[in-house]
Formats: sequence, C-alpha cells, structure tokens
Amino acid sequence: MSVRRFLAVGTAQRWLTAAALLLALAMIVGLVTVVVRVAAGFFWPHPLVELVLADGTRLLGEESGRDVDPAVAGATRVRMKVGNRELSGADFVWVREVEVKERREPRDAWLLERREYGTFYGTPRRLEGPRGAVDATAPGFAAALAKAIDEAAGRFDEERALLARADRLHAPVARLQVRLNAATVAGRDTTALKAELDTARAREQEALAPLLERLAGLRAALAEGALVMATADGQEKAIPVSGIVRAVAPNGLSTPAKLAVYLARWWEFLAGTPRESNTEGGIFPAIFGTALMVLLMTVAVVPLGVVTAVYLNEYARDNAFTAAVRLALANLAGVPSIVFGAFGLAFFVYTVGGGIDRLFFADTLPTPTFGTGGILWASLTLALLTVPVVVVATEEGLQSVPQAVRDGARALGATRWQTLRRVVLPYAAPGILTGAILAVARGAGEVAPLMLTGVVKLAPSLALDGTAPFLHLDRKFMHLGFHIYDVGFQSPNVEAAKPMVYATVLVLLVLVVLLNLTAIALRTRLRRRLKRAVV
Amino acid sequence: MSAPRPALEAVRLVAGFAGQEVLRGIDLAVPTRRITALIGPSGCGKSTLLRCFNRMNDHLSGFFRRGRLLASGRDVYDPAWSLEELRFTVGMVFQKPNPFPMSIRDNVLFGPSLAGVHDRAALDTTLESSLRHANLWDEVKDRLDASALDMSGGQQQRLCIARALASSPDILLLDEPASALDPIATVRLEETVRELADVVTVLLVTHNLQQAARVAHRTAFLYLGELIEEGETTAMFATPRERLTEEYITGRFG
Repeated sequence: MSVRRFLAVGTAQRWLTAAALLLALAMIVGLVTVVVRVAAGFFWPHPLVELVLADGTRLLGEESGRDVDPAVAGATRVRMKVGNRELSGADFVWVREVEVKERREPRDAWLLERREYGTFYGTPRRLEGPRGAVDATAPGFAAALAKAIDEAAGRFDEERALLARADRLHAPVARLQVRLNAATVAGRDTTALKAELDTARAREQEALAPLLERLAGLRAALAEGALVMATADGQEKAIPVSGIVRAVAPNGLSTPAKLAVYLARWWEFLAGTPRESNTEGGIFPAIFGTALMVLLMTVAVVPLGVVTAVYLNEYARDNAFTAAVRLALANLAGVPSIVFGAFGLAFFVYTVGGGIDRLFFADTLPTPTFGTGGILWASLTLALLTVPVVVVATEEGLQSVPQAVRDGARALGATRWQTLRRVVLPYAAPGILTGAILAVARGAGEVAPLMLTGVVKLAPSLALDGTAPFLHLDRKFMHLGFHIYDVGFQSPNVEAAKPMVYATVLVLLVLVVLLNLTAIALRTRLRRRLKRAVV
Repeated sequence: MSAPRPALEAVRLVAGFAGQEVLRGIDLAVPTRRITALIGPSGCGKSTLLRCFNRMNDHLSGFFRRGRLLASGRDVYDPAWSLEELRFTVGMVFQKPNPFPMSIRDNVLFGPSLAGVHDRAALDTTLESSLRHANLWDEVKDRLDASALDMSGGQQQRLCIARALASSPDILLLDEPASALDPIATVRLEETVRELADVVTVLLVTHNLQQAARVAHRTAFLYLGELIEEGETTAMFATPRERLTEEYITGRFG
C-alpha cells in the first residue's frame, strides 16, 4: 500500500484522533483520581504508630508518606506526623526505615484534635475536673472524657454566640466612633456627636452588663477541666478540655466506629468554620461565599448577556460595526482574568464604590463602605468576565429559532417585540441556559480577579445573616478557589494543610459539577420539549 | 353567486424581489365566504401572491410591488391600517405546522391576547369555538394545558388553523397547508378547510390539483406570474377555457 493510499484511507488518522481523546480522558481521570483518593482518605482515622529508634527515641504519630532513603540504596524513609507542635516545634519528622528498631500500634494511643496547636498524640493519664480526677485506666474514662468535651463544646458555642451579640451591641458605638473620627478629620463641630456617642456608650454598657457576667461564668467553666496526656517520650502535658475538638483512639476502634469518626470529620469540614489560619476546621464560609458570589454573578450576567445578544441578533443590521462588536466580544473572552480584576478594582471599587460612599456614606469617610472590595464588586467583575460566553451562546440559541415560528407570530399580528418576547426567547431558552452554565463553570473556578475585588483569607461574617439588611453586599467574603491557594501556598504549615487543599479541591469540583448538572438537566428538559416541534 | 364585494382583490398587481418580477399584472377578486384555490407549477408566484394580501413579503429583503391590494374593500397599504390590525383581519396558516412552545390554550389564544383581550369567559368561548371550527376540540378538550409540541403533525396544523381563527379574521390565507402531512392527516385537514367557508373567506395555495378539486369552490390558475384562468372549480376542471390550463390539469406539465 502506497503512502498516499494509506493517508487516504485514514486508518492512522482515526487512531490519532482516538489517542488524543484517550490522552484527554486520562488526564481528567488522573486528576480526579488523585484528588478523590487524597481527599477521601484524609478524614479516615488512620492507625497510630509508635516507633522506637536505634538511639532510643520514641515517636508516636501517623505515617503520612514514604519515599526512597537517599542515604541507603533500596531502603525507604517514612514521614511521620507527630504533632504536639508546642512541645516539639515541628508537625512532621522523617524517619529512616533502617533506624527503626521496633514498630507497634498501641491500643491506648489517642489523638486529640485541638482548637490550637494542631493535633496532639499521646497516652492519656487522667482527666482532671472540678469534681476530682478520673484515671485513664478507670472503666468510665472514655465516657467521662466524651461528656467533658461535649459540655465544653456547648459552652464554647455559647461563648461565641455571646461574643457575636456583644459585637452587635457594640455596632452603634462603632458607627458613631467612625463618624466622630471623620468629623474630627474634616474639622466639623463634634459636640453633638460626642454627646450621642456618650449616650450610646452608656446604653451599650447597660445592655452589656448581664452579658459580660454570663461570659465570665462561661469562661471560668471553660477553664476548668484538663486532660493530662503523656507523650511518647514520657513527658506529661495537661491539655484544657475546652481546647479539644475531638478525641479518638483509632487503634482500638471497630470499622463502624471509624466510619462514624470519618463522617463526623467530613461534616465538620463542610459545615464548620476554619481554625488555625484555615489549615484545620471547616470551609463552610468559603462554600457559602462561592455559591453566593456565583449566584449574584449569574443574576448580573444573564440579563446583560441576553439583552446584548438580542440586540446584536434581532435588531442590529449585519455591518462592519456589528462585526467589530462580535470580534471585540471574542477577544474579551481571551483577556487574562487578572486584567478584569484590575478593571474591577479601578472601576467598580474605586469609581462606583467611592462614588456611592461620597453620596450616601459621607459621614463615615475616610472609612470606606462600598469603596473597598466586597462580594458585589467581585460578582460584577466576574459577570463582566463571563458576558462574552453568555452573548455567544444566546446568539446561537436565537439563530436556532425556526423562521416558520417567527413568521407564525408575525402573521398573527404580533409586533417584532411581541414575537421576540413571547415566542423567540422561550424557544431560545436552552441556548441561554447553555450560556449560563458556561458562565457559572467559568465564574466558580476563577480566582485572580477576586483577589483584587473582595476575597479575603478569613471573613469575620457571612454576607448573608440575621441582621438588617440581611444581604450585606459590601462585605468581603471567602471563596473556595482562593482558599485552595491560601491554604496550599500561604499557610504557615503547608505540609499539614496539604490534604485540606485536596479536600477543598474536591468540594469545589463537586460544587461546579452540581451547578452544571442542575443547569444541564433543566436544559435537557427544555430541549426535549422543543425538539418535538420539528415535524 | 359571488358576493357583491370581493373579500380580497388584486388590481394590476406587479410584485417581485430585487428587481426580478414574480407577479406580472394580476387582476384577481376572491369572493366572500368561498374557498378559492391558487394552483400552478412551482415558481409561478402563487405563494408570493398569497403573502401579498397580509404583507408578509414586506419582511423579505428586496421586495417591491405596484398596483393595488384590497382586503375587505380596504387598501392593505392604507397608512391608517396598521400592519398588526391588518393581520387580525387577514389570518394565515403556513406550509409547515409552526406551533409555539407553549400550551394548546396559549397557542390558540395568542392572537386575542395580543389584541388585549383578558376577559376569561370571552377567551374560553373563543378557545372552544376556534378549536371546534378546526375540528380539534374533541381531541384536545381534556388536555388544553398540555404542550402543543406534543401533538401530531396533523393536529398541529389544525391547531394553527384554530390559532388563526381565534382572532376572528375575515379572511384566511392557507399556504399549502397539507404539504407536510401524511395522507390521513391531509384528509382530516381538507374536511376542516371545507367547513371553514361558513366562517371565513379562504384563499388556498396548493400544488395538489385533486386537493383543489375536492376543496375549492373556485380555482385560479397562475403560470409564470400571470393569471391564466379563474372560475368555478367544477367548470374549470371539466372545460378549461385556456389551452395552458388544460395542459396543466391533465398533467402534461407541472
């Protein structure tokens, strides 16, 4: 067979296309597999290992990795997570396999997840409480510890609620303080403001008094109770019960009990708030911030994109101008997203936000309200970034509306607008939805522009809460994509936080897939109904 | 037995696209409450003529026309007569069924809702009478809120007739309404069209001579943009006056 014949038949081309598809699939499957494996395994209670080394050192912790020992051919070394950061200074140590004399999995080894200083590994000695101590060998020890942790958690939650209430009580004073500062800076008369501030302070003190009393009681109760633990090398350390999130002795647990711990950890991750500069705890504020931001973005981008596409496709003539607009739109989709971020900062935050502040919040300047990054400006910036996608998809949707249907409406006496509004747009709905899907997928994964327009490492409060006006569009927010960057690359303890990064990636992927599936299901339903119209 | 004033009238009508004449001086009067068929070989201009009466050609680029066009005795280009109102008077049904992506009820009541009718009772009456005239009422009365897109092709086309009737037009233009339908659906549609003469004047374009013979009271034969012959269907099919007509209806060309 000649080369020409071979090329003409196209067998090689067929294999090449198949190989390309296979490569793409392999990369996607590989990415998802790695993420799911690390993320899903992270929360499982792994066995606690005690190692006795040749020099007599004892280590207790979890084996978290293994690689080739650079010093001895054929041997490996183990990365041990040993925790106890306040004692040893490092979460992880490398142990050369050749130095290990003894390895065992003690059933009395516990790990404590703590609010501060990370994980503690050790053997419990006794639980000290206001009503005396319970020895670790006593039969009721585990139950007593669980009860003490549970009680402390309840008190801890109450303390947080009280602090939030105190914050709300303080809000009027804080606002007046800002106004007073602004007036002082501007050289205005401050007598009235000062009097108002004194009244507000007095009112705050009055309302705060019972609250502070309760808080003092709570804190006293929280300070009580400590769990005395022994580390692997025999040091004793008293750990306040109020600082313990969860105490687990994984080596003695049955599989269902491990599963319970596993699910509880996932739940904490999904529904909890972060601690230890985001390397532990949950990511709920980031999930919430991402979802709300995507929602606001969709609300902004769909009308804008649809209206633009309608004008381009239904009203504007095909001429050099519309060709230029289409070209500009296509190019806009290729502009680096950080450029959109810079534009959002300059236009939305400084110009529009600054203008709003000068008009409506002048009495608090120079403290900005809308003149600083916030969820509204971030959403609008992303809306701008995704508008070309919506325009192109909507135009395709509009072009797919059969001329016969348009003619039918016109022949019934519908004006151009009525035809558009009542017949053409419903027909183009699947195309519009496709645009929204693409915009959501793009917007949910975008990080760079957000860093300039309102995303933060740790937001003190959600953008949606119980205080009027409930939706706080000026607030800064947390975002899963930024969270991945922050935890993975900006945290003080990258190694310990690495699995958190994978878990966060998994959550972001699932969130995007869920958003897409919802929109695709909706589109499929619409399409199925429209398909039957074609005879 | 034609009515004194014709429902539709074309006087020395010349029309075409981009300088190319499609109709070359047509004089035609369509009598009220009768069914008139326009026949002729493909490209003879019968659809263009039909679309002149409700000004659908005006949306196509390069369209021009000279001569007068009257509907119910009124000039269709009368500036005081808006395009939309003209189309309430002169309804149209197309070759392919074109139901809108909405319920059967909303499809039928599309015209009245455009005209601003909101009275429930009046709308329900219109809905039922339109569907009855289109021979569709018994088939759909239990599922008026179902999507029109779930109907069969024949039902969809009769729905389009009902939709056109709901605006209570004086005249209904049918542009090869059965060409996309199977034979059984075509029979049903022809029955429907025959009964329409009770309520409206019908101008029907068809390429099917048997259909013209079965349905139309009167027939007009167009050839290369000219009206060759027009008269009572039975008379024309039995004894055509023109040689061209005879050759066409006997199938010597077409």
